[in-house]
Amino acid sequence: MAKKLNMRKRYELLTRGLGWEPTYQSKEKVFSNESYEGIKITDWSKWEDPFRLTIDAYWKYQAEKDKKLYAVMDSFAQNNAHLNLADATYVNALKLFIQGVTPLEYQAHRGFARLARQFSGEGAQIACQMQSLDELRHTQTQIHTISHYNKHFNGMHDPFHMHDRVWYLSVPKSYFDDAKSAGPFEFITSVSFAFEYLLTNLLFVPFMSGAAFNGDMATVTFGFSAQSDESRHMTLGLELIKFLLEQHEDNIPIVQGWIDKHFWRAYRVLALVSAMQDYMLPESPMSWKEAWEIYFVENAGALFNDLARYGLRMPKYHEQATAEAEHLSHQVWGTLYNYAHAASMHFWLPDEKKMDWLSEKYPNTFDKYYRPRYEMWAQMAKEGKRFQNGGLPQLCQVCQVPMLFTEVSKDDPMQISYRSSEFNGEKFHTCSDGCKDIFDHEPEKYVHAWLPVHQIFQGNCGGAAIPDILNWYHFKPEDGGDYAGSADETRWKAMHGETTGAASSDTESAEEKAAA
Amino acid sequence: MSDGKVFMIFQDTADARPFIEALTQENPAATIIHQPGMIRFEAMGEIGITRAVVEELAGRDVDLQELHLTLISLSGNIDEDDDYFRITRH
Repeated sequence: MAKKLNMRKRYELLTRGLGWEPTYQSKEKVFSNESYEGIKITDWSKWEDPFRLTIDAYWKYQAEKDKKLYAVMDSFAQNNAHLNLADATYVNALKLFIQGVTPLEYQAHRGFARLARQFSGEGAQIACQMQSLDELRHTQTQIHTISHYNKHFNGMHDPFHMHDRVWYLSVPKSYFDDAKSAGPFEFITSVSFAFEYLLTNLLFVPFMSGAAFNGDMATVTFGFSAQSDESRHMTLGLELIKFLLEQHEDNIPIVQGWIDKHFWRAYRVLALVSAMQDYMLPESPMSWKEAWEIYFVENAGALFNDLARYGLRMPKYHEQATAEAEHLSHQVWGTLYNYAHAASMHFWLPDEKKMDWLSEKYPNTFDKYYRPRYEMWAQMAKEGKRFQNGGLPQLCQVCQVPMLFTEVSKDDPMQISYRSSEFNGEKFHTCSDGCKDIFDHEPEKYVHAWLPVHQIFQGNCGGAAIPDILNWYHFKPEDGGDYAGSADETRWKAMHGETTGAASSDTESAEEKAAA
Repeated sequence: MSDGKVFMIFQDTADARPFIEALTQENPAATIIHQPGMIRFEAMGEIGITRAVVEELAGRDVDLQELHLTLISLSGNIDEDDDYFRITRH
């Protein structure tokens, strides 16, 4: 019997030599996307696969992961395990997840399918093909898991439609649109390195650990199942960067520019995650700032030390992102609270217990700047004057977040930060030096941004009044507003026998919702 | 120094147990942090496991690539073969 080959050899045989030299068409025509970004690849065979996973092993392990996940989901549904949540306010984090993150998984699936087709190196093709399949799996498992919650809570009925239209969802959508409309090397630098390697731990690790903390076993399972693929994706991102830098020195400034840009773009998307982590989890295992310290400051510091020998430095404005960690989640949550009437989820003011936790986690900023604001809003609500912002916010032309960030790194944290640029005689507004730099580098691209507020004013979003717009978003009247007094709250209380309303048991409430 | 830190995070499940225990045994200098649903191993410079140890702990033959089933995240450069899995900083 032939001796079993070792991993390296096996890997080589199953992934290399699968390509061929085209003869009917030139190679440049077959792989038409590979050269226009200015990236120089001299030898694809130098591509090193960090995880030596072959396609047969890939299918075996992915099938195993799905089997485990679906077993958990099934027993979760069978046991009505949503009743074990710490509190129903937690479900709002899942609403943001299904509307904001799941459609990105699908966008990533499409983006990596394109890369698998467009890269001429077989090693990279196979890695991108696996990732494309992973991202589709993530989309499907997230929809399946969260569909259980959709039977019992509002706001999760049409996430893909919402993703394409809603003001707060244009933040994640525009980031991915930006990456997908770039060339293949910029796309993979953006998604695999800037987003997945540098920042994805911040989305999946503390949040999923938070799900475990709050009794949501189904989400923990899909989250960690997705994250097990993410380890492979992050590794692909790092490998790609090293490969590009080793191939040609002319690649270094191009890659550095992309890292600067997409770090800042991805960081701005995570502003929503900071609010989710600090405010939407009834019990938080870790604050945004703590997670930022561990997963960005320490981790990226070590990483860029490794990469320094290739001539790469930390992404531009990373110090600013670190300084903002003291303020970010509070500024975002305050803004969401102001616009709760235009959302497909609920927002609320933190209670005393939560505020004490925030004071402890943010000793330099919370009591000084943000607690007084919440206390004033609570007082106003008590007097029947619940504060809400009736106008529409100015949006940043690049990240599309409302202008809510402040001059933290200029030591003026109560001053909103505004930047602007002129292009073709018109003025364009941005929220920060990071976003302004991105705009100024490619103004021709960003003048085309689909800004939800501008679109509303131009009459492209279903009408002029808020109910018309919400209808165009496919929001239902009971989806948004305050959590207190919401249909979700009523149903949650009924599930726990706290009221004698019509919905006396969970089964009935689910049926009622289905009938509604 | 914190600049050379590597980490691996595993799900806190029975399937991950042989990997978690092997990491604990083979990396006495690593810091082990328990968080809801997960276990995080941090160390300076390098962290790793060998197949023989994992097999001994699992009581069966193990393919180290099984760690894909329960690994949540990692940071560092991967060095992998049939008999070991390591993460290092250069």
